[in-house]
Amino acid sequence: MLRRIAQKNLARVAGPSRARLLSTTAPRQADITLTIDGKEVSVPQGTALIQACEKAGAAVPRFCYHDRLAIAGNCRMCLVEVERSPKPVASCAMPAMPGSKVFTNTPLVHKAREGVMEFLLANHPLDCPICDQGGECDLQDQSMRYGSDRTRFHEITGKRAVENKDLGPIVKTSMNRCIQCTRCVRFANDVAGVEDLGTTGRGNDLQIGMYIEKTMDSEMSGNIIDLCPVGALTSKPYAFQARPWELKKTESVDVLDALGSNIRVDSRGVQVMRVQPKINDEINEEWISDKTRYAYDGLKYQRLTTPLVREGNRFVPASWETAMETIRHGYLNSGARGDEVRAVAGALADTEALVALKDLTNKLGSENTTLDSRLGDQPPVQSVDIRSNYLFNTSIENVEDADAILLIGTNPRHEAAILNSRFRKQYLHRGTEFAVVGEKFDSTFEYEHLGTSPKDVEAFLSAKGGDKGFAKIWKEAKKPLVIVGSAVTETKDGAAVLKAVGKHVLDNGNRFLTPEWNGFSVLQRAASRAAAYDIGFTPSSSASSTKPKFVYLLNADDVDPSSIPEDAFVVYQGHHGDHGAQFADVCLPAAAYTEKSATWVNTEGRSQMGRTAVPPPGASREDWKIIRALSEVIGQPLPYDDTLQLRQRMYDISPTLVRYDALEKPSPEVVKTGLTFLSSAKQTASSEPFKKPITDFYRTDPISRASVTMADCSKAFTKKDYPLGNVDEKAQASYA
Amino acid sequence: MSFARSAIASTRAVVSRSGRRGITSSSARRSESLFVHRDTDYNNPSIKFEFTPENLKLAHDIIARYPPQYKKGACMPLLDLGQRQNKGWTSISVMNEVARLLEMPKMRVYEVATFYTMYNREPVAPNFLQLCTTTPCQLGGCGSTKILDTIQSHLGIHPGQTTKDGKFTLIEVECLGACSNAPMMQIGDEFYEDLTPETTIKILDTLAKGEKPKPGPQSGRQTSENSAGLTSLTTKPYGPGEFCSPEFQ
Ligand code: SF4
Ligand code: FES
Ligand code: FES
Repeated sequence: MLRRIAQKNLARVAGPSRARLLSTTAPRQADITLTIDGKEVSVPQGTALIQACEKAGAAVPRFCYHDRLAIAGNCRMCLVEVERSPKPVASCAMPAMPGSKVFTNTPLVHKAREGVMEFLLANHPLDCPICDQGGECDLQDQSMRYGSDRTRFHEITGKRAVENKDLGPIVKTSMNRCIQCTRCVRFANDVAGVEDLGTTGRGNDLQIGMYIEKTMDSEMSGNIIDLCPVGALTSKPYAFQARPWELKKTESVDVLDALGSNIRVDSRGVQVMRVQPKINDEINEEWISDKTRYAYDGLKYQRLTTPLVREGNRFVPASWETAMETIRHGYLNSGARGDEVRAVAGALADTEALVALKDLTNKLGSENTTLDSRLGDQPPVQSVDIRSNYLFNTSIENVEDADAILLIGTNPRHEAAILNSRFRKQYLHRGTEFAVVGEKFDSTFEYEHLGTSPKDVEAFLSAKGGDKGFAKIWKEAKKPLVIVGSAVTETKDGAAVLKAVGKHVLDNGNRFLTPEWNGFSVLQRAASRAAAYDIGFTPSSSASSTKPKFVYLLNADDVDPSSIPEDAFVVYQGHHGDHGAQFADVCLPAAAYTEKSATWVNTEGRSQMGRTAVPPPGASREDWKIIRALSEVIGQPLPYDDTLQLRQRMYDISPTLVRYDALEKPSPEVVKTGLTFLSSAKQTASSEPFKKPITDFYRTDPISRASVTMADCSKAFTKKDYPLGNVDEKAQASYA
Repeated sequence: MSFARSAIASTRAVVSRSGRRGITSSSARRSESLFVHRDTDYNNPSIKFEFTPENLKLAHDIIARYPPQYKKGACMPLLDLGQRQNKGWTSISVMNEVARLLEMPKMRVYEVATFYTMYNREPVAPNFLQLCTTTPCQLGGCGSTKILDTIQSHLGIHPGQTTKDGKFTLIEVECLGACSNAPMMQIGDEFYEDLTPETTIKILDTLAKGEKPKPGPQSGRQTSENSAGLTSLTTKPYGPGEFCSPEFQ
């Protein structure tokens, strides 16, 4: 860790010439061969011995080693025997050496590990029955193998006692259980960018904490719960809720931002008990943001469980038949013709529903398919004919190769927390340079602030930025990356900004657009957006000026009330009685993302399958089925009756929608065509500053707005209002 | 008051009564310091701490000893400087100021300050008595236990405590590297060695009067020379060229 920080400082301080000290591509290391338990393995030079052992199929127990964190080598659990080495060797901190003979299963190794285990347990409380880590605790598991069945320690003064820390509404601490592996410290400092967590004291008194009393203010803090190999850090919202073996595990994708982090939904019966990350190196590695992890309790509150029909000033529960009939009457009575039928797709609409709704709207003779965002009722500025104009072309994984990054009108920390952790990694390990045009934000990397308005973008990109600081780096960067925030395309300056960016990228095509590198990216923040653009869920220009008489809100909860005419008939389909439902004449209850099997396209254009973990509550149904049923009632039946046929239809629209998990990269030529279109725009940039689209990270959508945990987080971290409690007292109460 | 080394620990030698032989037979010595910070009226981040102009100059001299990208190497000397300026203890404000000067995260400074026992994180009296009670000092001369008893009865305080008049703070420390002149104690920056109960009281009384006793061995011998007089190297040391063949003389 220290080395990392040293490197960072090196990169920071040595002036503009220094940044390129660090090589920009990882050198290919030659492979070396060694023998592990009599088995030969070849690994790249510099690999940790523990990984070589892993490769040879020899499991090595560990506590402090984690392959995504810096190496600490302080728990000593991973001892192995190496030939001609006088003592057992900590395999995580030892590079694999060519020709060495390693043994992981000898009496010496066992004795050594048993000794380590004995010392660890000497100060570890025996409270597994009341510990939330039970069943998924590394210490518990490994003590089954290496633990002794009786103790040789008779401590007169008892075991070490450490007071608990209050880290906020998410992480619950029980510091007596800490084995000081420092995984949490390394994660907080290196990945989450919280430099306040550390170790205080020394020797037996060493403890983990922040020294002063404060909360861990990070949108990634939940990950330290997973990292902690024991029950020292556990989850507050999930405290004493379930044991891991009671849970059904469903692999799915997250929809609360546009990254499509892979998750595992743990459920018991009809309830989602928790959400855990699932490893996907191309997207979220092993982390998920706190919103992804903890908004799930919002799935329990404020749900629409039965169709509702407005009668005067209130909603009355109705059967599906009544609701559908009411919609049919409403539609016919509204007299909506052609483009007067408007469909609005919100952030949480899945691809199947989008396709069905678009087909239905088109069948009714309307091109008025709009998006639930600012200017979403206008044809999009970037045109959706070319995918690269609205996607994150660089791909999340490849971001790590960039050597200079320009962020325009976006705060990645809130719009894409996982992407932000990659930025931090780059900042620390590669010395990547960052610059921002837009509102300043509290970042986990250093950046140069180049201005706040579209005009500043134009000025900087037209090389008026001068020849100092970031401008110089930007000119020399081999793999520059410009990221345009989705909020930018939702302003009237969107076209002008994209024009400036498009021009700049084309002019510097040899650096921005090569077969291996695409340095032009748009960062979406809504899970449904990329899919909506892919299927052309955007209005034609004539439709966008038509006053609607029949409005269909599909998960649309950010709608501007003024965009819905008083006399229009409004249908709301969604899972929460949030903002959008208030305008409705009829509310149709639909399934949330954990309750349906649906396709989601992330900001890179990668389609992924979300899976059903629990059944939808009450009378709610899967989204596309509702639309299909409605089409029948209205007399315009859609031509698909099951998911298979619907996916066939999706394939016909765009094959990428059903090529799951694959990323299709557009060729530089196509990207260029798209950029040429962008740079042909007529608009000029104004000096109206960019506004950040997310003011409260913890409350961005109906699910997180209904979540109690997210409300607590919002209070603690966004409003900075958190009474630091005496945790020990509370903990006592919870055992009572 | 809490200090790194506790009073009770040294007098404790509890033997396990159980018939089986355990690995430990005495209880572990645990530090009585707190390794978390609690805001108090005398120690909280809103109390301002700034280096005096002279010390700031000194601080910059220290920082200049390290390459600019390893500025944080100056953390320990700067904390020491801060502690000296802040009446012998390192308050949270001192740590914060050092972090600010060195552009390092505050927590990294807290880590250093809590790791080393010689950064006092609680206020100490102007006469800060650090009595060595490690084995050689316990055995050498009259033995440090006697000295400890003397100080305790003379000042009426136990290790970790400060006298009522606020003049003395006493703590026990581990070996300070002057074992040959055992027993010894460090007061401020000075070593007082070869202590006996009498000389100890003399030192304390002189200090109480506000004067500074003469540091070094109190027995009158020169540094750590043999107290019974020299047994070797008694002759005059020879000069350059002496005993060499004539051409080199
Ligand atoms: S709290 Fe958990 S992760 Fe952190 S050092 Fe302790 S055992 Fe390791
Ligand atoms: S895993 Fe190797 S020392 Fe902890
Ligand atoms: S033992 Fe007291 S100075 Fe060494």
